[in-house]
Amino acid sequence: MAVNSGMAHLSDTLFTTAIAIYTLAMICYAAEYAFGRRGRIAMTSRTTPAKVLVRAGAGESRDVDSRAPRVTKPISPNRSGRTSAVGDRFGRIAVGLTVIGAVVHASSIAVRGAAVDRVPWGNMYEFASVVGLIAVLAFLISLARAPQIRYLGLFVMLPVILVMFLAGTVLYAKASPLVPALQSYWLAIHVSAAASAEGILMTSAVITVLFLTRQRYDKRVAARLPVRFPISLGGRLPEPATLDRVAYRAVAFAFPIYTFGVIAGAIWAEAAWGRYWGWDPKETWAFIAWVIYAAYLHARATAGWKGRSAAWINLLGFSAMTFNFFVVNIVISGLHSYAGLN
Amino acid sequence: MNAPRKRPAHTAVLRILRRGWRRLISMRTALVLLFLLAVAAVPGSLLPQRPLNPSKVDAYLAGHGAWGRFLDRLGLFDVFGSAWFAAIYLLLFVSLVGCLVPRIRLHAKAIRAKPLPAPKHLERLPESGHFETSASVEDASAASRAVLGRRWRVVRRDEGGGVRTLSAEKGYSRETGNLIFHIALLAALILIAVGRLFSYQYNFVVNEGDGFCNGVVPDSSRLGRLAQDGAISPAPFCVQLNQFTATYLSSGEPSKFTAKVSYNKTVSAPAQAATITVNHPLRIEGDRVYLIGHGFAPKITVRMPDGTTREDVQAFLPRDPTTLLSEGAFKEYGKQGANTDVGIEGFFAPTPADTGGGVITSVSPDVNNPILGIFIYQGTINATGLPQSVYSLDTTKLSRTGQANLQIGQTVRATNGVTVTFDGWVPWASMQISHDPSQDYLLIAGVAMVLGLIGSLGIRRRRLWLRITPSASDDPSSLTVVSVGGLARSDSGNFSSEFASLLERLEAAVGPAPEPELVGAGRE
Repeated sequence: MAVNSGMAHLSDTLFTTAIAIYTLAMICYAAEYAFGRRGRIAMTSRTTPAKVLVRAGAGESRDVDSRAPRVTKPISPNRSGRTSAVGDRFGRIAVGLTVIGAVVHASSIAVRGAAVDRVPWGNMYEFASVVGLIAVLAFLISLARAPQIRYLGLFVMLPVILVMFLAGTVLYAKASPLVPALQSYWLAIHVSAAASAEGILMTSAVITVLFLTRQRYDKRVAARLPVRFPISLGGRLPEPATLDRVAYRAVAFAFPIYTFGVIAGAIWAEAAWGRYWGWDPKETWAFIAWVIYAAYLHARATAGWKGRSAAWINLLGFSAMTFNFFVVNIVISGLHSYAGLN
Repeated sequence: MNAPRKRPAHTAVLRILRRGWRRLISMRTALVLLFLLAVAAVPGSLLPQRPLNPSKVDAYLAGHGAWGRFLDRLGLFDVFGSAWFAAIYLLLFVSLVGCLVPRIRLHAKAIRAKPLPAPKHLERLPESGHFETSASVEDASAASRAVLGRRWRVVRRDEGGGVRTLSAEKGYSRETGNLIFHIALLAALILIAVGRLFSYQYNFVVNEGDGFCNGVVPDSSRLGRLAQDGAISPAPFCVQLNQFTATYLSSGEPSKFTAKVSYNKTVSAPAQAATITVNHPLRIEGDRVYLIGHGFAPKITVRMPDGTTREDVQAFLPRDPTTLLSEGAFKEYGKQGANTDVGIEGFFAPTPADTGGGVITSVSPDVNNPILGIFIYQGTINATGLPQSVYSLDTTKLSRTGQANLQIGQTVRATNGVTVTFDGWVPWASMQISHDPSQDYLLIAGVAMVLGLIGSLGIRRRRLWLRITPSASDDPSSLTVVSVGGLARSDSGNFSSEFASLLERLEAAVGPAPEPELVGAGRE
């Protein structure tokens, strides 16, 4: 049960390093995004270089943006908005850094687990770190399947770095063994299911924000209204319908995992606390978030609720889940007070 | 013009009822009810709840006056037992049943139905494409059927003029999964209700060395409405706490709680040994015995005013969950009405530390030279005869005769000649017997829910049509044309790429035209 302090220290160092690498990656994604746009404006005014035509032409970008971009400039064949040579270089570096960052991040988690000789998600710091890693891995896997989404890396890295920063500062807890209530194999099952679901739902929430941005952008452009900063990012985002579908698919994938996580939690609660459900604040908010995501899935199939309304429900669900993680753990006392923040 | 005929009143009522029913079972209502359910649950986590923590509720009521009483009248201190919370979920329940019954009927029909005939203009479908082949209509049709394989349900139709269509459909089990999920959800709700009605919980505080029996005078209990007090299922059993150990890290964090018990399944059965830890209750035929909490029971010897001595051991309640500084009372009754009761109120500090001025607190839950701090009283302990808490003393009819902080073995003498010796301590454990007859079935329903969800969200519902048009008989250079159109009836997966690869496989299997040419696999 003793803690290996050398390894615990190494884990902390790796964690900080991972944040640093992710930050560099984010800067490169931002550069790709920025240079890409300048590149496109330049291209639309000149004749398009053949090289770009080949790369961004036919099939590969179809799913991201197959319809004509709503710009008043002459239409460029570079429809997905993919990038000048400079932007492309930045994008490649960004992906490389993300992979290195993910490896360092994963080692940090593994070493922490080895240091305390248990699953490395026993407190809020460790849990947040795992959620961040899952979000990054989800992005990298999607990237392997659809390389054209690379320029969206900025919007994935931003929340991941935010979560990890909070984990490393506000939520940080020293490596220590588990309290008796957590000494159960259900910790591995229940918490990993919750972390996976939350990582994926976080990705879905990010995509939903992009969807709302793109929709607002389209509406303003159609009405010939001026487009200011955060909304102006929408010009290079994928089609709203695509974003909406991807956000839905992420929820459709995560929802059964989340349901399983809650049921696993109930089984564990039956063994640990004498009842499978007791409306403990954590349970109550897990229920609230579950109901809201269920409402999202129904809303997407109901006329009049599709699109914008459903998107807001998705964000509401994510807010409930975030509330459950931060506020319920830190502010409201209950049986799930394992934060290690006292 | 005729005046509108007056309908009989009962038809109007029926119509209103029918309209109300339709509205109730609509998806829109279900959505609103889902939101209401989520919103209604919020105060249940933000306000103290009576079933979870009655003393916190009392404190809130005391501190908030009229506002607190107003909230109480709304039932906000027992949200999940309140009538309005029940109203929401019962409406949702009814709405769900009303929605499910017709859907089950529809799905039963859909499962047996043949795929629909091909629409006239396949190119207007969300996904479409066509290719030419030198194969005959018959061969192209057979090869296409082979490509689709067993996962697609396919119907062949002839449209005249030698034109052949194939209608294909797959993913029927998506709706099956959906229905299974919702039926399992309904079953789960019913099972939860049944469990609540028939469940019971008995709580005991047991000093090491003592025992307790199922249903026999518990320290507290919580019974389902249809569970009778003292209900026991299937048979009475007794548990004896032989040894309780708590181990801590040097930081004071707990690392292990273990209760060694022996139990008899029935009164006459031989004793069996078992170990109960926090995540491992003892399961005895339908009942579970849990280790819920623990504390200290100091042992004292009192010499009473009349010269007799008494030995006593009393469980003290932890006031601080991290250091286990505990409080409690001893009540030694003398002759009734003689004002010779000795009452002792005090605290137990497992690892004491002097905070200055002789005020003792505890710095660790681990026991290390513990101190028992006591106030000694004499008089009448229970003047009213009403039940009292065993952990505190009502000092209105008592007068203080002494006080001391004792280490083990030390004795204090009060002004009236009463002496109190701190002999030592034993640990106590709070144990809980729980019974819920429906929870095993509930687990089955839960598993069915997850499986249903996976099917309902993961399975891809697709429709596909092929129209195979023969070559023009008067033009030897013309070829057989295969037009394909597809429709995704669910958003799962990426149908565009599925369709594209299916089209490729179809063309490869049917056999390409002499000059292979893939035309227009675009989406719009």
